Amino acid sequence: MSAAMQLGGILATPLVGLVLVSLSGRSANLRDGISFTTAVVLFVQVLGLVSDVLGGARPALTLVEMLPGMSLSLAVEPLGALFALIASGLWIVSSLYSVGYMRGNKEQKQTRFFVCFAGAIFAAQGIALSGNMLTLFLFYEAMTLITYPLVTHHGTEHAKKSARVYLGVLMGTSILFLLTGVLATWVLAGTLDFRHGGILAGQVGAAGTAALVALYMFGIGKAALMPFHRWLPAAMVAPTPVSALLHAVAVVKAGVFSVLKVIVYIFGAQNLIDLGSADWVPIIAGFTILAASVVALRADNLKRRLAYSTVSQLSYVTLAATLLAPISLVGAAMHIAAHAVGKITLFFAAGSIYTAAHKTEVSQLDGIGRRMPWTMTAFAIGALSMIGLPPAAGFVSKWYVLSAAMSLEHWLAVGVLVTSTLLNAGYFLPIVWRAFFRAPPDDAHDEHHSDDPHHGPHGEAPRIMVFAQTTTAALTVGLFLYHEPVLRLARAVAGGF
Amino acid sequence: MTLAGHYTYFVTILLLMVGLFVVIARSNLIKKLVGLGLFQTAVYLLYIAPGKLIGGAAPIVAEGVQVYSNPLPHVLILTAIVVGVATLALGLALVVRIKEAYGSIEEEEILQRDVDDESSANDRA
Amino acid sequence: MTNLQPTIAPDTLLTQHLPILLVIVPLLSAPLIVLLRRSFLSWLVAMIASVAAFGIAALLLQQVLASDGVIAYAIGNWEAPLGIELRVDAVNAFVAFIVALVGVFVLPYCRIGIAAEVRQEEHYLFYAMLMLCLCGLLGILLTGDAFNVFVFLEISSLATYVLIAMGRDRRALVASYQYLLMGTVGATLYVIGIGILYLQTGTLNLADMAQRLSGVGDVRATLAALAFITVGVSLKIALFPLHLWLPNAYAYSPSAVSAFLAATATKVSIYVLMRYYFTVFGAVTVFDAHNTGMILLALSLAAMFIPAVVAIFQRDVKRLLAYSSVSQIGYITLGISLGTVGGLTAAIAHLFNHALTKGALFLVLGGIVLRCGGANLDRLAGIGRTMPVAAFAFVIGGLSLIGIPGTAGFISKWYLVTAAMAEGQWWLAGAVMMSSLLAVIYVWRFVEVAYFQAPPDDHPPVGEAPLSMRVPALLMVGACVYFGLDATWSGEVATRAATALLEGWQ
Repeated sequence: MSAAMQLGGILATPLVGLVLVSLSGRSANLRDGISFTTAVVLFVQVLGLVSDVLGGARPALTLVEMLPGMSLSLAVEPLGALFALIASGLWIVSSLYSVGYMRGNKEQKQTRFFVCFAGAIFAAQGIALSGNMLTLFLFYEAMTLITYPLVTHHGTEHAKKSARVYLGVLMGTSILFLLTGVLATWVLAGTLDFRHGGILAGQVGAAGTAALVALYMFGIGKAALMPFHRWLPAAMVAPTPVSALLHAVAVVKAGVFSVLKVIVYIFGAQNLIDLGSADWVPIIAGFTILAASVVALRADNLKRRLAYSTVSQLSYVTLAATLLAPISLVGAAMHIAAHAVGKITLFFAAGSIYTAAHKTEVSQLDGIGRRMPWTMTAFAIGALSMIGLPPAAGFVSKWYVLSAAMSLEHWLAVGVLVTSTLLNAGYFLPIVWRAFFRAPPDDAHDEHHSDDPHHGPHGEAPRIMVFAQTTTAALTVGLFLYHEPVLRLARAVAGGF
Repeated sequence: MTLAGHYTYFVTILLLMVGLFVVIARSNLIKKLVGLGLFQTAVYLLYIAPGKLIGGAAPIVAEGVQVYSNPLPHVLILTAIVVGVATLALGLALVVRIKEAYGSIEEEEILQRDVDDESSANDRA
Repeated sequence: MTNLQPTIAPDTLLTQHLPILLVIVPLLSAPLIVLLRRSFLSWLVAMIASVAAFGIAALLLQQVLASDGVIAYAIGNWEAPLGIELRVDAVNAFVAFIVALVGVFVLPYCRIGIAAEVRQEEHYLFYAMLMLCLCGLLGILLTGDAFNVFVFLEISSLATYVLIAMGRDRRALVASYQYLLMGTVGATLYVIGIGILYLQTGTLNLADMAQRLSGVGDVRATLAALAFITVGVSLKIALFPLHLWLPNAYAYSPSAVSAFLAATATKVSIYVLMRYYFTVFGAVTVFDAHNTGMILLALSLAAMFIPAVVAIFQRDVKRLLAYSSVSQIGYITLGISLGTVGGLTAAIAHLFNHALTKGALFLVLGGIVLRCGGANLDRLAGIGRTMPVAAFAFVIGGLSLIGIPGTAGFISKWYLVTAAMAEGQWWLAGAVMMSSLLAVIYVWRFVEVAYFQAPPDDHPPVGEAPLSMRVPALLMVGACVYFGLDATWSGEVATRAATALLEGWQ
């Protein structure tokens, strides 16, 4: 199969799915079936691509020449293949889960939801496969816009306000900083192609590079580096599947993926080491990790706690990327995968709890593990991955980052990693403990019962949701036990060091 | 060249300023058009006066005439006058329509009426 | 140089007469329309004339680009500088192409769009005026004679005043009157400017004038002429703070007229400014000797921010777009103020891209106004549900206004920011980005109203706009996206035009 067919197919599949889903709005079963099928077809294609990339192939495709000398083009490298694999793989599970969630909660405008969902995956694939920074920026902005209707799904005043924050921060940073950075790169380097060793290497001095690093790091608002992290908790107003796939996988991973890509292919890690222009980034990232963890510790709303946990976990990737050691880059790439499967499990569990028990606060979860053992077990595995304990995937990536920090004798990073592990444990383990070892409150239950007869003694969430979260939990463990392909993709990134 | 030798320019500038002042300061829509007319007329002078040579004849080739006035400014200004007349006519026609629609040709009253309309529309909404 | 010989074969002869045909065709169609009087027939004639004009403009542009030089056409075979000549190079051919293109989009739209807003028995007058306006604009673009510019300027302006006054609301009359005053003052100031230049050089031919001025050096008369022309033309451009006529004129005129004017009129005036700055006075006089660049830069920055903030607070979407136009004009003049090939390329590219974007937005909005009975935000509540296609098209146009990649607006921003950066003006890049954020806010006001508010009970829009309005509007929105994704053609032509401007006519 030719490169054009292969890459074009991957990009076109979610688009075709989008069109078909929007046309089949009348029949819910048909629509959901199409959504699922598209996800599977996409995943199979990406799988083929990944095996080709592992075999050394580097397919590329020029979509359209946008300006003289500047085209929109796709080019696959291992990191992009990894991101494409994560996004498309988790789309399958999410589309199953979404069906259960949307029906279980009788949500409005389900067709629009699935259309935008497909659109977001399209944008994610575009980001993953983009061959130059302009293409990446195009899909980056597309993703912001296409997820906007998802964040505002409920259409309430609160949703509108949160969406303003969402759009304001993401658009604001991307236009003000990222686009400026991209254009400055174009002016200074004369190209925006991703190249090993960085296109800015040798073009700009230390101060100029530091300024550009700042433009990129803060401009990629999706990586949620403080102080531009507010959009992520704001986005939690969306239905849980949105939070799960987009704000744990596609959108935020697009952010840290872009960070990694920029560090490796725009600046060049060696160039940054030589100039020392990115030395300040680990400090900001470390601060974000700790500050977000502290906020998460104090949050009672489950989704809010997960959101701040995401903010902190994203900065692990940024931190790892800007440590600039080969092994830390491997850790960063690994963490994209590990956090994705772990966090989606956690969000799935939160959504299941909401669907089955209509509970949103941590303090309401006493004893829920007895009623929903599957859900809470999955939650526990996700939590272990976040903390970085075996047997969960988070342990592997954290191990790499920590050993990189140790070998670099970057004690700040070591300190941050150790402290944050404690903090993570501090805000995740009590939930698990509450769920399994505290007795369910009787009075609250009665009150609930009299108010709303439908939600009496609840059991597990709908089966399809349980299946989805069990799958991702299994993946979290599986990635701990067998992470060879991911590691190989990640190593290839650092190979271009 | 003396100051007096430039007197046409002073007249031009004076007319320009008077015209512009009337356009800006008067509220009556007709008077504004009069001011606009003055403003344009000043420019006619700016063109015509330098085109006239003292002792120059009309630009018709004739025996014994050596010095001619420049005909081009006259022609240009003839065009400008036509344009000016058209503008004035259109302006007056608009004033007639405004008078029909608002019952007034005072700018302040007209704007006030629009403001009233808007606020009453908001009250209804 | 064209050389009219009777022996030349007829078909070559026709292609040699393209410049004058471009002006003549719409000019002659106007009296024909008045004679025909019937609404449909006059529309048909106007439609044919504008399609013909577009064809001629496209051919002309192709000729210029192929020849890589200047096409000079002596009207009535009177050689310049005695006669009036039309002089076409990549710049005005491109702008004429834009104007004619917009004409072709707007006219099919008029058929139904006008029916709701103009009385049936006045339709023929409307089309006659539209054709005169088109003729005037094309005339300004093509002519190589300073006074001729004034004449065509007044032809297009007078027609424009009438078109604006035909709006459905009585406020259109006042808007038209105000525009008449300010437009006439502007045109008169321009005439003073060329009067001074004429006294100085003794010629009205722009190329000739440029040649004679280049030897004069730095004299006060040149400065005076420069000042008068700048202010006069800026009034027609609606360069901040001389923009006061524009919001009302756009807001109260018939929708098709708003679209046509927004996409063409100010653009043509910007061309005039560029022509004087770069061809007649020369960049050295304008930018180095008299430092006009700094003034223009300051005004452009003010234009990019102040009207954009005002736009945010508008309740009427047409006015919102009008203020946005004033703000977008700031981008164009910003590019001019840089005085470099890059800056001019950005200016010309934005001329094109903004014409597409604003034209598309006003066309889409026209359909919405037809259904909702007004452009007030209250009336537009919930049109995301009742007119999904129009609302979505408007959002795409809005994204182009912001400059989101994949839309035409992004291309302009790309050129503008890289031009500023290439000059080492890094802070300007920041200013452009900040200004686009303001655009995000005013575009999003529409989005929130259209998608988050329930439709009002008393004004249920009956559905999408009629097909003849929807198709041109959607085509134009499509053009926004197309030229955002593949700007190789528009970008290259803009670069050629910028180079041609800097090279001058010598």
